[in-house]
Amino acid sequence: MSVAKFKFGRLGVISVPYVWMLLFFLVPFGFVLKISFAEMANAIPPYTDLYRPGPDGEPQLFLNLDNYRYLLEDELYVLSYLNSLKIAAISTLLCLLVGYPMAYAIANAGESWRNVFLMLVILPSWTSFLIRIYAWIGILKNEGLLNNALMSLGIIDSPLQILQTDLAVYIGIVYAYLPFMILPLYTNLVKHDYSLIEAAQDLGCSAWKAFLRITLPLSKGGIVAGSMLVFIPAVGEFVIPELLGGPDTLMIGKVLWNEFNSNRDWPVASAVACVMLVVLIVPLVFFQYVQNKELAKQEDGK
Amino acid sequence: MNNGRSSRTLLSFLVFGFAFLYVPILLLVVYSFNESRMVTIWGGFSTKWYGALLQDQAMLDAAWKSLRLAFTTACTSLVIGTTAGLALTRFGRFRGKSLLGGLITAPMVMPEVITGLALLLLFVTMEQIFGWPAGRGMTTLWIAHVTFTSSYVAIIIASRLRELDVSIEEAALDLGATPFKVFFLITLPIIAPAMMSGWLLAFTISLDDLVISSFVSGPSSTTLPMVVFSSVRLGLSPKINALATIIVSLVSAGVILSGIVMMRQEKKRQKEIAQAIEDAKRQEAVGAA
Repeated sequence: MSVAKFKFGRLGVISVPYVWMLLFFLVPFGFVLKISFAEMANAIPPYTDLYRPGPDGEPQLFLNLDNYRYLLEDELYVLSYLNSLKIAAISTLLCLLVGYPMAYAIANAGESWRNVFLMLVILPSWTSFLIRIYAWIGILKNEGLLNNALMSLGIIDSPLQILQTDLAVYIGIVYAYLPFMILPLYTNLVKHDYSLIEAAQDLGCSAWKAFLRITLPLSKGGIVAGSMLVFIPAVGEFVIPELLGGPDTLMIGKVLWNEFNSNRDWPVASAVACVMLVVLIVPLVFFQYVQNKELAKQEDGK
Repeated sequence: MNNGRSSRTLLSFLVFGFAFLYVPILLLVVYSFNESRMVTIWGGFSTKWYGALLQDQAMLDAAWKSLRLAFTTACTSLVIGTTAGLALTRFGRFRGKSLLGGLITAPMVMPEVITGLALLLLFVTMEQIFGWPAGRGMTTLWIAHVTFTSSYVAIIIASRLRELDVSIEEAALDLGATPFKVFFLITLPIIAPAMMSGWLLAFTISLDDLVISSFVSGPSSTTLPMVVFSSVRLGLSPKINALATIIVSLVSAGVILSGIVMMRQEKKRQKEIAQAIEDAKRQEAVGAA
């Protein structure tokens, strides 16, 4: 086997995923950026070319900034961005509050139980996402199962309005994204050396204080990874606010969908996407950085 | 755990958490056997909604389309995900490695509306320039699905490869085996279970996708989630409960089956190890005599 041939084969293997992901994941963002500067047109596809004949007949570059101006001027868009960030942040926090104790309990369970519990965490994600969100409509609506149960128990007299509020959206996001929070937390927590806690407790530290001083700081990597896995997709979430939220639940994923599907305004939809990417670039890069650091740590540890 | 009180607290976290995850699904299943058209009011036991579901031609067509799409998607993304996993773990450093890592993890967190719109604009531009892909349909759906499912396959394969000791592969290479032979005789058999779970994950994610599919599909390529979504938007429907029950039973059956297979393999392995130890002991005894 000559070295040259080996190098050729290696290049071949690398280029398969590289070419595919460049062409179908990275390059498309260039087109989103390009079309965000176009104008809506009554044509197929429904936007103008950036390069087209100018008034003097010569082709020239037309950069239309109106789509971005429109996003800034219309209150709806600014409010949608802010509200998406708020809803995603609160849902991430709730996910952490539910997911951390679960991940901690699973990591501290007996060896044979761990895999069973992990399976139980992952199992719901193998069934349809759409159907799991649909399940909550039946539970939360005014004449739904939760209100029926509470009323027949005499706890409330009239049904609580939960469906079509932000609360329903929080419940939906926490429900759908909980496994993505638990898994990285578990992976982190299960590696902890329990003797550290024992040493702290032997030296008179209370269990709670030992947790706050040792376990929590050591699990920072897992907290960040889990939170990003929930926060970033939740900002652009469409299905959950559409099915569980009300007409005044403003979220940017819903706005983009409507610009594209109802208004057929591809340039504005592209501008909405570009601004969303700019908003998400900080958490995205941070996520990538933490991922790489964790990997480097793993490889050093070997 | 060190004492009874905190172990009880941990157990209650788990009970609460799993109740939260499973009660909604159980309620869906229970109410799929409801006689009444009103989904949330119990009107007696009936299986009539399963019959209605099987007569819904649009739903059946969409389900068949989705299954075919998920199958081709899973096979393609197995190739792309496995090569990506190898590139990230077995080829040392090369220029653009961190970009490839980014391209693999980004699709998993990228909001689906952005990915969907970006892919649609790519397909439209490609059609303008090259005349391919002509219109939107199963081809564009396939490309889009492969793009976001490959990431998951790559992550599974890469984490399996990281756990594995490279020394066996290196030894084989030192002894003159070609990289090609090493891959097929050593690496592939070890990562086969990871490839199997990667394939299954790609299959289920493809089967489940709504948002990206809605952007890149054409009028003749309506997938199952799209049909379910337009029905759910109009309100609750017992037929969707029946569909949910079928999906939940298929998934549970699959999980139980793979659990049994894995347990059998584990037992067989243990037995073989025990047998080997036994044989070694016997030989020792013979040698001593």
